[in-house]
Amino acid sequence: MGILNLVTYIPLIGAIVILFFVRKENGKAIRYTATAFAVIDFIVSLYLWFNFDPHGTGTHLFQFRETYSWIPSLGVQYDFGIDGISLLLILLTTFMGIIAVVSSYSAIDHRQKEYYILLLLLQTGMIGTFCALDFFLFYVFWEIMLVPMYFIIGIWGGPRKLYAAIKFFIYTLSGSVVMLLSILALYFFNDGGIPFLNIKGLGNPATFSVLQYHNIGHLIPPQLQFWIFIGFFLGFAIKVPMFPFHTWLPDAHVEAPTAGSIILAAVLLKMGTYGFVRFALPILPDATKQLIIPIVVLSIIGIIYGALVSLVQKDMKKLVAYSSVSHLGFVMLGMFALNPMGLKGSVLQMINHGISTGALFLLVGIIYERRHTRMISEYGGLAKQMPMYATLFLIAALSSMGLPALNGFIGEFTILLGAANRSIVWASFASVGIVLGAAYLLWLYQRVFWGPLDNPANKTLLDVNRRELGLLLALVVIMVWMGIKPAVFFDVIEEPVNYVVRKVDPAYFDKRPIEYPPAAPVVVSAVETTR
Amino acid sequence: MTWNDFIYLLPEIVLTIGASALLLAPVVGGRTTLPAKWMMLVLLALTAVSLIACSHAVEVIDQSRQLQAMFALDAFAIFFKLLFIAAIAMLVLLSDDFLAESRYSPWEYYSLLAFALCGMMFMASGVHLITIYIGLELLSLSSYILAGFYKSELKSTEAAMKYFILGAVSSGILLYGISLIYGVCGSLNLLDIAAAMSTIITNDALMFGIMLLGAGLCFKIAAVPFHVWTPDVYEGAPTPIAAFLSTASKAAAFSIFARIFYVGLHDFHLEWNYVLATISALSMILGNLAALTQDNVKRMLAYSSIAHAGYILLGVISLNALGLRGILVYSIVYVFANLGIWATVLMLRRNQYAGERVDDFEGLSRRAPLWAFAMIIFLLSLGGIPPTAGFIGKYFLFAAAVQAGFGWLAVIAVLMSAVSMFYYLRLVVAMYLREGVEAEFAITTPLKIVAGVCLIVTLALGILPAPMIDQVIISSSHVAARAALTPHAGR
Repeated sequence: MGILNLVTYIPLIGAIVILFFVRKENGKAIRYTATAFAVIDFIVSLYLWFNFDPHGTGTHLFQFRETYSWIPSLGVQYDFGIDGISLLLILLTTFMGIIAVVSSYSAIDHRQKEYYILLLLLQTGMIGTFCALDFFLFYVFWEIMLVPMYFIIGIWGGPRKLYAAIKFFIYTLSGSVVMLLSILALYFFNDGGIPFLNIKGLGNPATFSVLQYHNIGHLIPPQLQFWIFIGFFLGFAIKVPMFPFHTWLPDAHVEAPTAGSIILAAVLLKMGTYGFVRFALPILPDATKQLIIPIVVLSIIGIIYGALVSLVQKDMKKLVAYSSVSHLGFVMLGMFALNPMGLKGSVLQMINHGISTGALFLLVGIIYERRHTRMISEYGGLAKQMPMYATLFLIAALSSMGLPALNGFIGEFTILLGAANRSIVWASFASVGIVLGAAYLLWLYQRVFWGPLDNPANKTLLDVNRRELGLLLALVVIMVWMGIKPAVFFDVIEEPVNYVVRKVDPAYFDKRPIEYPPAAPVVVSAVETTR
Repeated sequence: MTWNDFIYLLPEIVLTIGASALLLAPVVGGRTTLPAKWMMLVLLALTAVSLIACSHAVEVIDQSRQLQAMFALDAFAIFFKLLFIAAIAMLVLLSDDFLAESRYSPWEYYSLLAFALCGMMFMASGVHLITIYIGLELLSLSSYILAGFYKSELKSTEAAMKYFILGAVSSGILLYGISLIYGVCGSLNLLDIAAAMSTIITNDALMFGIMLLGAGLCFKIAAVPFHVWTPDVYEGAPTPIAAFLSTASKAAAFSIFARIFYVGLHDFHLEWNYVLATISALSMILGNLAALTQDNVKRMLAYSSIAHAGYILLGVISLNALGLRGILVYSIVYVFANLGIWATVLMLRRNQYAGERVDDFEGLSRRAPLWAFAMIIFLLSLGGIPPTAGFIGKYFLFAAAVQAGFGWLAVIAVLMSAVSMFYYLRLVVAMYLREGVEAEFAITTPLKIVAGVCLIVTLALGILPAPMIDQVIISSSHVAARAALTPHAGR
């Protein structure tokens, strides 16, 4: 049992321990056991961070590989391995796992045992999804995640929880089953082909290995690539969610309990973008290039639409939910700039969004626990009553809107650079989104925290307690760390991003304009001929 | 017929003698004190043992494992026969309390069930349309009576009547189709039919025959548009019989579907596969959509079984090795998940009486948490969500359809399986998410055993499917070879 399996299954073990060894009535023991396992998982995942070789390329790009035979007759392997992108996402997952567990201490007061079991199961599903290098295995983990999240929304959610839970489930399931068909098409292309449709296969041994698909992707005829891409797109875009597939998101977020929202925003949405980076782009280069414009248009619509809708929300949680649509539009935009800059920004922004939106959901959850309303109009002047809370909220909001020295800025700026490198038009649309982002967050802040403290119900509100403060400070530290020392993170994702770029456009690094020293014409022509 | 020939039929002979004995037992023994249930289980065990023994004996004496070109005891037949015996054994356990509560004789009931099993075993072995037809009729006649087993209840009688009239008509259609095929091909042995078909071009009489045969078979698996009887019969029939009709009896129909179309009619697949594809698509769409609005669980399961017939048809349509394996895998998966759900329905009570509405599940998670968990696994399995066995089954069928170039059908299938989660989740919602009426139920040991077995099988086959798949590959190889399928590359 290797380290990746350990990281994946520690939460599962925790769930089993709670199931069998902790009594239902003993809420404290349940909470502490869950926390202990979440913390252990995080610590074990730190081992990955310290032992990861950021300069690994080629066969060493994916590290900590663990391969076992699973269903040999179908060519299915139990194959785990991570590159820098998965590494960051796994760390995000284990970290936010602690936040989610600890933030539920007081929010969840009934059926605690089931709740923490499901939260831990969900974590196993998420980490497994990021580790899997076998498409079949990936799909299994991908679907497993749905069930715990469905219950978390459905049992501990708000008034319309049933509707939100089923919408979440059916929406994402519909996308992923279509993705399954695309996986099958790849599988048959690698293997015997689909004779009936005159699709000749490569005749390789049957496999679901993602790395094998990376290698054969460019051999797939463009027509087939297009259809496979559509399948992937439906699966991933619903999860991201991209406009116009985003309608499940506000419902799920608003109804989910705080920890559910945190996990949903921080990790679950990244499944979609991760899917694009890991699968859709490198496996289907032609289709990717063919579909740049439609996807970028949808991303830009998402950025601006999400921001505009956030602007008019009366409910804080809904505002943050719609802001996710906007932020993930940025992620998609950066990704489809298809240059290292844009992709790096995109990957980093996935992490940033997880941290800052997770923090915002946590903050909204904290005030909701005290006042049982999320209506912005109910608040005002909270800065006087809850100074600490107000400060932390400000930092989280600034991080989310992309203030320099905090993490959001790095991601958004890099994405803009990448997008501008492609087309200045994309970048200018995206910058409108940044301005709107500042507008809705600052306006929210203004309405909630400034002005007179005239609602009597708010006059008795308590400031953050030590537990909440601890969680928020941990998040703030990461925001600042990523803001002032992003190089650490860029280092880790450098090679994976270059790998993806090279898969999409093998000649990309050859045709970079040579800047210093000015290239002699001879050299340029040499580059031209080697292309 | 020589003594050797009896080896092929020994399990069926044992079963027939046993079934007759069960029927006569109360007459001969007067008010016998022996519990019928145990006699039936012993009979099933004897049948299983003789089946395994005979299959080994046949393996030694005969390469082709066929008796007079009528009856095959090949790996395919053994696979299905063991599945049927297991399913019937579980049905016996399911019927226990139900029979104790009713005032009808358990001996007749078990005897009819044993005769039905005998019919199913003939179907699995049939390589000749007459053998298949006789097996099917034995199964159908027993089922008609079983559906009306509550003699004095109007609903049960109505169900039996509907089932009988429609079933008899469909048998007639089937027989007409068989006679037309005989007229053109000059034989009823599936291999001879295949050989005859490879030499003739298309032919109206033959086409008509194939269509009628297909229509008759589609009635038996309740595929749209031959499905109208299903919800009423499932609702009216005694619950264990509804369970029987939706699991074992259906699996038997799938086995002959696979054998007839793969071995007998594969040369003409271009003529029939679009028709079957349409039927499959309609079954998936209509079955799943109609199930959405049902409040009665038995009716919901009836529509869901219609949809599942549509999925299994994918395996027939695709006519490749994956599809054939898919039919076998899905039969196991479907039977076990469904039996688990039926066990739950049988367990529920409402005012001391059978609870079969979705509301009756409310609050089950708190009153019987383990059972509710098992129920989730069964429902997820029917919906095809990993890590349950249902996903592996659906994987095979969808993959077969994609490989065969039926992309559009695969798209319908996956989308409809997403839709199906909608109504499966309704039960989950009732069990877990609704807080209100507390479910009433009576958990008994036999029901526990059935649910436990189904749970273990459904989870084990979902997490570690490799042994089952290897077995299925072996079991289907004989039929696959007869159909001259190019096996799925890579294996």
